[in-house]
Amino acid sequence: MSEHGERSGNERDWPLFEVFIRARTGLHHRHCGSLHAADPEMALARARDVYTRRGEGTSIWVVPSDRIHASDPADKDMLFEPAMSKIYRHPSFYDLPDDVENM
Amino acid sequence: MYTQGLNQAVEDSGPEDAELLARFQAKIDREEKIEPNDWMPEAYRQTLIRQISQHAHSEIVGMLPEGNWLTRAPSLRRKAILLAKVQDEGGHGLYLYAAAETLGISRAEMVDRLLEGRARYSSIFNYPTITWADIGAVGWLVDGAAIMNQIPLCRCSYGPYARAMIRICKEESFHQRQGYEAISRLAKGTAAQKRMAQDALDRWWWPSLMMFGPSDADSPHTGRSMRWKIKRFTNDELRQKFVDATVPQARLIGLEPPDPELRYDEESGHWHFGEIDWTEFNEVLAGNGPCNRERMAARRKAHADGAWVREAATAHARKKQSRMAMAAAAE
Amino acid sequence: MADALTAAYALRLGDDALILSHRLSEWVGHGPELEEDIALANTSLDLLGQARLLLACAGEREGKGRDEDALAYGRDVLDFSNLLLVEQPNGDFAQTMVRQFLFDAYAVELWPRLSASRDEALAGVAGKAAKEAAYHVEQSAAWVVRMGDGTEESHARAQSGLNLLWPYAGEIFEADEVEAALAEKGIAVAPSALREHWQARVEPVLEEAGLAPPEGAGVRKGGRQGRHSEHLGHLLAEFQFMQRAYPGAEW
Repeated sequence: MSEHGERSGNERDWPLFEVFIRARTGLHHRHCGSLHAADPEMALARARDVYTRRGEGTSIWVVPSDRIHASDPADKDMLFEPAMSKIYRHPSFYDLPDDVENM
Repeated sequence: MYTQGLNQAVEDSGPEDAELLARFQAKIDREEKIEPNDWMPEAYRQTLIRQISQHAHSEIVGMLPEGNWLTRAPSLRRKAILLAKVQDEGGHGLYLYAAAETLGISRAEMVDRLLEGRARYSSIFNYPTITWADIGAVGWLVDGAAIMNQIPLCRCSYGPYARAMIRICKEESFHQRQGYEAISRLAKGTAAQKRMAQDALDRWWWPSLMMFGPSDADSPHTGRSMRWKIKRFTNDELRQKFVDATVPQARLIGLEPPDPELRYDEESGHWHFGEIDWTEFNEVLAGNGPCNRERMAARRKAHADGAWVREAATAHARKKQSRMAMAAAAE
Repeated sequence: MADALTAAYALRLGDDALILSHRLSEWVGHGPELEEDIALANTSLDLLGQARLLLACAGEREGKGRDEDALAYGRDVLDFSNLLLVEQPNGDFAQTMVRQFLFDAYAVELWPRLSASRDEALAGVAGKAAKEAAYHVEQSAAWVVRMGDGTEESHARAQSGLNLLWPYAGEIFEADEVEAALAEKGIAVAPSALREHWQARVEPVLEEAGLAPPEGAGVRKGGRQGRHSEHLGHLLAEFQFMQRAYPGAEW
């Protein structure tokens, strides 16, 4: 994330926060957007005002955008290709008699 | 939206790698989304920054003509609807600024460009809302035209823009309906109300058709934007679609668009409409529309008046943080 | 008789919400930052929703066939019974937020108590409004602290907003025969009973913000009896224009 400071080191905007919302109990929080706020409390409140106006949420997380570490798209092959060949991790890989039950 | 922090610094602008370009185009051709930290041609990035920020500015400036009637809405129900709608425009501006920020530009920079006159916004918002009927006309025609433009953008090749547009289109679905409902009420009302409604249609019809931009023949960026799937239909295709949808809606409530050449063409199945006066369009674009100066003055004033508020919140956040740090150190 | 009293009481609360909502709606599109603009519109919408329910309730209790719009758009200054506080102009963002905080600190104490009213309709509105007020006061208090404890300029602006508006706060707790009679029946909340709770909310926030109420500022009152400041007439001239220009039309 070395470029980060340079790219978002903008003193004039309030810091950027990423917003994650749980739509209903039992579900994961899901990324739904971002906003600017002076502090985390303000970010939470404005996330409520901006992103749950139509009853979209039951819980909110806000995270300062510069605290997110992301994988590099250039590493995509190295990171994700090797998993593609491990088909034995999936249940459909296995050959079972047709009439076996409860499996 | 993804954080702007995920973007890599733009490579110095040498000739772009032909192989990267080919891979980029292949990805788009496969209908795969481009995400913020993927490689992209500099022109693609700049085109998107220009288009998304213009779109965001349009939402924000667009709050003004409708906001003009927030304090004068004729019933409490209409007032609540209009408040919710104008607020939505603010939200949409926010989503779009955030989408543009993923391309490595700050909101402050985009706002500067707008306030200094270096960035554009939709010319439609340089027209005045002089009667209540204009609120109906704006919802029905302006939002109607905007939706025609926006629905294809939900499939735009740039992920953050497409996702913002999906949210926007979902939220906007009531905007056009409330406008049509408001103007229908006038069209069926007293003679004074009906006059107001027809007058609003007379004034908003042609500017709404101009919202789709210049004719395809005069639209310099269309080809490339279509190839990059930033744009899916041409200006003229969308304009025709809008006219086809809107003429029957007007006639249904007893209003008539101000175009003597308007007639239904059985053969093509489309409504034929008259020549658009592009000199007017260009005049408004050049800053000489009825409200260009007022709109920019209002935005500059809000921004300037808000400066001390933004600074106060920043200053307080810093104080709070250093107090917490001191308290932690003392422990 | 009880109905006329309840109507008058519902109208007071409804007028407070209506006028304050209107003031906040003047900000929309002109806020100090996009996120705050959206937040101001939310508060304005909450208050407008409360106003509509309360005016409808007042109209029913009054029994003269006046609906929310007839009450909102058909009365002149003398028949409006909102607090003077809520009709005061927006001024700068500091003045707006101080006004909001002084009002919210009252509303958040009023609504939960009124939700136990023996009048079911009022209790219903109050239950909904209590949740909204709890959020509003958190937000306006946070802004009072941010501005009071922000920059030199924001501190000065917040203090001058407080100096200007503090005299209007006293009216909140003035009770007349309407509230007294209804409070006895368990229908209304006696405003005087809220004063110390209000103080307990306001004082720590002002202290954290480094702001002090002006000394010897007096109390400005009269709104409940229709004796308003000059500002309300101008507000109504704008707000009621359409219904006055086109009487009887439907929108």
